[in-house]
Amino acid sequence: MLEVKNLSKTYDGGVQALKNVSFNVKQGEFLAVIGLSGSGKSTLLRCINRLIEPTGGQIVWDGQDVTAASQDEMRHIRRKIGMVFQHFNLVSRSKVITNVLAGRLGYVNPMLSALNRFPKSDVAMALDQLDRVGIKNQAYKRADELSGGQQQRVGIARAMMQQPAMILADEPVASLDPVLAHSIMQYLEKINKEDGVTVLCSLHFLDLVHRYADRAIALNAGELKFDGSPADINDEKFREIYGKDAERVG
Amino acid sequence: MKKSSSFIKSLAVGLATFLVLVVFAYGFAVTNINFAETRSERRMASLTRILRALAHPKIFDYNFETVNVEVPFYLGCPEGGVEPPKVDRSGAFILVSAGCAEPKETIVVEGYNFQENSAGPINFIGFSADAPDGVPIQMGSFQADAQGNFRVEATIPNRQIKEDPQAIRAVGRVRVGAPMISQEAKVTWDKIVETVFMALLATTFGTLLAVPISFFAARNLMVEVKSPLSSIALSLIGWALGMGLGVAISRLLTHFQTAFFSSFLATLAGAIILPILGSLLARLTLFNQNKEMDLRFKSRLVNVLYSLFAAALILASILFLGKLLLQIGAYLTPNKDVPLYFLRKFVSQAGEIFTILAPVVAVLVFGGIVGGFFGQIGQTVSDKTSPASSKVFNLIVAPLAGAIAAVLILRGLDWFYQFNNPAVTLYWPAGIGAAIGLALALVVSSKQPLPIGFIIYGIFRTILNGTRSIEALVMAIVFVAWVGLGPFAGALALALHTVASNAKLYSEQVESILSGPLEAIQATGANRLQTIVFAVVPQIIPPYISYTMYRWDINVRMSTIIGFVGGGGIGFILQQNINLLNYRAASVNMLAIAIVVASMDYISSVLREKFV
Ligand SMILES: Nc1ncnc2c1ncn2[C@@H]1O[C@H](COP(=O)(O)OP(=O)(O)O)[C@@H](O)[C@H]1O
Ligand SMILES: [Mg+2]
Repeated sequence: MLEVKNLSKTYDGGVQALKNVSFNVKQGEFLAVIGLSGSGKSTLLRCINRLIEPTGGQIVWDGQDVTAASQDEMRHIRRKIGMVFQHFNLVSRSKVITNVLAGRLGYVNPMLSALNRFPKSDVAMALDQLDRVGIKNQAYKRADELSGGQQQRVGIARAMMQQPAMILADEPVASLDPVLAHSIMQYLEKINKEDGVTVLCSLHFLDLVHRYADRAIALNAGELKFDGSPADINDEKFREIYGKDAERVG
Repeated sequence: MKKSSSFIKSLAVGLATFLVLVVFAYGFAVTNINFAETRSERRMASLTRILRALAHPKIFDYNFETVNVEVPFYLGCPEGGVEPPKVDRSGAFILVSAGCAEPKETIVVEGYNFQENSAGPINFIGFSADAPDGVPIQMGSFQADAQGNFRVEATIPNRQIKEDPQAIRAVGRVRVGAPMISQEAKVTWDKIVETVFMALLATTFGTLLAVPISFFAARNLMVEVKSPLSSIALSLIGWALGMGLGVAISRLLTHFQTAFFSSFLATLAGAIILPILGSLLARLTLFNQNKEMDLRFKSRLVNVLYSLFAAALILASILFLGKLLLQIGAYLTPNKDVPLYFLRKFVSQAGEIFTILAPVVAVLVFGGIVGGFFGQIGQTVSDKTSPASSKVFNLIVAPLAGAIAAVLILRGLDWFYQFNNPAVTLYWPAGIGAAIGLALALVVSSKQPLPIGFIIYGIFRTILNGTRSIEALVMAIVFVAWVGLGPFAGALALALHTVASNAKLYSEQVESILSGPLEAIQATGANRLQTIVFAVVPQIIPPYISYTMYRWDINVRMSTIIGFVGGGGIGFILQQNINLLNYRAASVNMLAIAIVVASMDYISSVLREKFV
C-alpha cells in the first residue's frame, strides 16, 4: 500500500542523501529501516510525509501520489500518517494534554483549535490514549516535567490521536536507555498488532530489529543495500550494510 | 637590510603617532575644548551656585512669618546732615550707622529684638512718583543670632541721588510649622506619574503591534512560504479587491449608522444584536466543531462568503459598540469636575479607539479573506492544470496584478509628493507594473514556487531597520506637529519606536526556536496558523515577556527626556526649570527621574528573572 519508487534527495548543499531508493510496504507491516548514522534514514522517513521535499522519484500511498499532492492535499494525507521522533519533539512548555491534542489539528476546526478549543470527544480520546501508554495521571503537567521515557509515550499518544493508518518512527528509542527502549517498542508493537497500523521504524540496534520487525530495509550512504526478513541478515550482508570493519555486537 | 627595515618601521610608528596627534588636535578644536574657561572665576562661581542648588532639591517648603522693619534713609547727604531717626524700640528694630550715605558707600546695619534665627534680605527701598510704595533693591542679607540680634555691612546701591527720604528695610523671616511638600515636588509627582504611564501605554500598544509583525520578520517561518506566480498574482489582486471592499463596506456601514441609528436606544440595540448575530453565524459556520477539512472548491467558496458576511457583522458590531461608548461617555462627563472624571472619560476614549480601528481592521480582514481565497485559487490552477495552460493563466493575471500593485504604491507616494498628475500616478505605473508582471510570467516557469515569503521577510526587515534607526526623540518632533505638545505625542513616538525595536528583537527569538516541535506539529497535518499557535507561540512567550519588560524600562528612560522636544512627561518641566535657572526645582525633577529609572531597572530585572 506504500510504494516508494526511485526516490532521490539531494540537499541544497549538494549532499546526496537518497539515491534511487525503491521498496514497498504492505498494510499492517512492521518495517525496520537500518543503517549507520548519516545513511539517510531520517531523510527517507521525512520524504514519505514530505516534511522534506524529495528531488526525484515517486511515493504512492493508498493509491494517491504523495509526491504530486498540493500543499492542502498534503495536509490531508499527513493526518493519516503519525510520526514519532528520536528527540520526542514535544512542545516542552505546553501541557501534556495539549501536546497530545495537537495530534487532532488536521481534523478539527482550524479557527477553534487556534483558540485552543477542542471538541469534548477529542479531549476524552486524548485521555484514553494517555491511559493506553500508562501516563493518564500526568496529563496536566508540563511536558518538560516528564522523564524521557514518559515524553516518548506522549509522542506516541500524539501520533495515535491522528488515528493513523501508518506511523513513521525515526529512531524512537535512540535517546532512551535499553529498558525504556523495550517498553516503547512494545507500545509500537501493540499499535501495529492490535490496531493494524503500518509501522516504519528506523532503528540502531539489530537486536531490536530481530525482535520487533517483520521486515527490514537497510540504507548505506543513501543506497538501498538490503530488503528482506531480519533473519536473513548474515555476516556478509551485515558488512555490506555497516561497512567492512564493523563487528556484530547485538 | 635589517637596519633599513627597522628604520622604516620606526618612521612608520612616528608617522602614525603624528597622525593620531593630528586627529586628536582636530577633535579638540572642533569640540571647542577650552581649559581656560573651566578655570575662570566667573565660571567657577556659577558652577558652584548651580551645584549647590542641585544639591538642595526643593522637596519641602515652609510657612514663614515675616517682620518688616524700616528706617528712613537719605541717598546723598543733604547739607547739614540728617537728624538720627527716632526708633521705636518696643519690637524688632534696626539701627543704621549713618542716616545718609553716597551711592556705593558701605554702611553698617544692626538689628535687635528679631525672632531668634530669623533671616532675610536687607533692602534699600527707593520711592518715586512712579512707585509710591517703593522699589526694593537687595543690599545684603542677615541671619539673626539666638538672641534675635545681628550686625552686617551692606553697600548702598548705585542710584540717583534724591532729596526725599528713602528707606532701608530688613525683612526678617522665620519658619513656622512643620515642613510641607513643596509646589515643585507636587508638580514633579504629577509629571512623573504621567511619564510612567506614557511609557506603559507606549509599551503596551507598541508590543501589540510588534508581536504579529515579528512573525513576518522571522526568517525561519518565512523562507518556507513559497507560491507559484499564479497564486501570488491572484492573491495580490484579491488583496486589492478585498481592501477596496473593506473600505466600501465600512463607509457604507458608517453612513447607514449615522442615518438610521442616531438615538441612544437604537445604538444600544445595534450594539447588542449585531455581536450576537455575528457570533451566532460564526459559531454555525466558521467555528463549527464538526466541520472537517474540506478541499472542494464549492465548500471553500461558501466558507469565504460566510467569512465575509461574519466579518461585516463584526465590523458593524465594532462600529456600534464604538458609538455606544461615545454616547455613554458623553453622558457620563457633563463637565470636568465630576468625580472619577478620568474613568468616565475613558469610556468615550475607548469608543473613539473602536471607531478609529474599525476601518483599519476592515481593510486588513477583508483584504486577507479575499486575498487568501484568490491565492488558493491560484495555487489550484498551478497544481491542477497543464504547464501550458497555467502559463497562459500567468500571462493574464501577472500583468494585471503588477499594474494594480504599482498603481497602489504610486497612490501612496502621491500622498507624500503630490504629483497630482494621472500620468505619474496611473498610466505609467500601470504600464510599468504590467510590463514587470508580463516579464515575470514569461521568464518564470509556470509552476515554479517563488520565494514570496523571503521577499516579504526582506521588506519587513528593511522597514523595521529603517524605522529603528530613527530616534524616538526625532519621531516625537513629528508627532508633536501632528497631535500637539504633550504626552500623547510622546507616547505615540515611543510606541512607534517600540514597534520597530521589539519586532526585530522578537523575530530574532522566533528564529532561535527549536525546529523539532515545529516539525512534529506540521507532521500532524496542521496548517500554518495552527503550527504557529501550537509550536511557535509556547516557545517564544518567555523571551517575549522579558523583552517587553526591558522595553518598558527603556521607554521609561526615554519618556523622561522626550519632554525636551515637547513630548510631555517630566522632561517638559525639567527643561522649563533649567531654562528659567530654577535649579532647585530642576533638582527635584532629576531626583524623581533617578528614583523611577532605578526602580524600573530593578523591577524589570526581577520580573524578567521570574519569567525566563
Ligand atoms: N538539512 C540538511 N541539509 C544538508 N544535508 C543534510 C541535511 N539533513 C541531513 N543531511 C545529510 O544527509 C545525509 C543523511 O542524513 P540523515 O537522513 O539524517 O541520516 P540518518 O538519519 O540515517 O542519520 C547525511 O550526510 C547528512 O549530513
Ligand atoms: Mg537520523
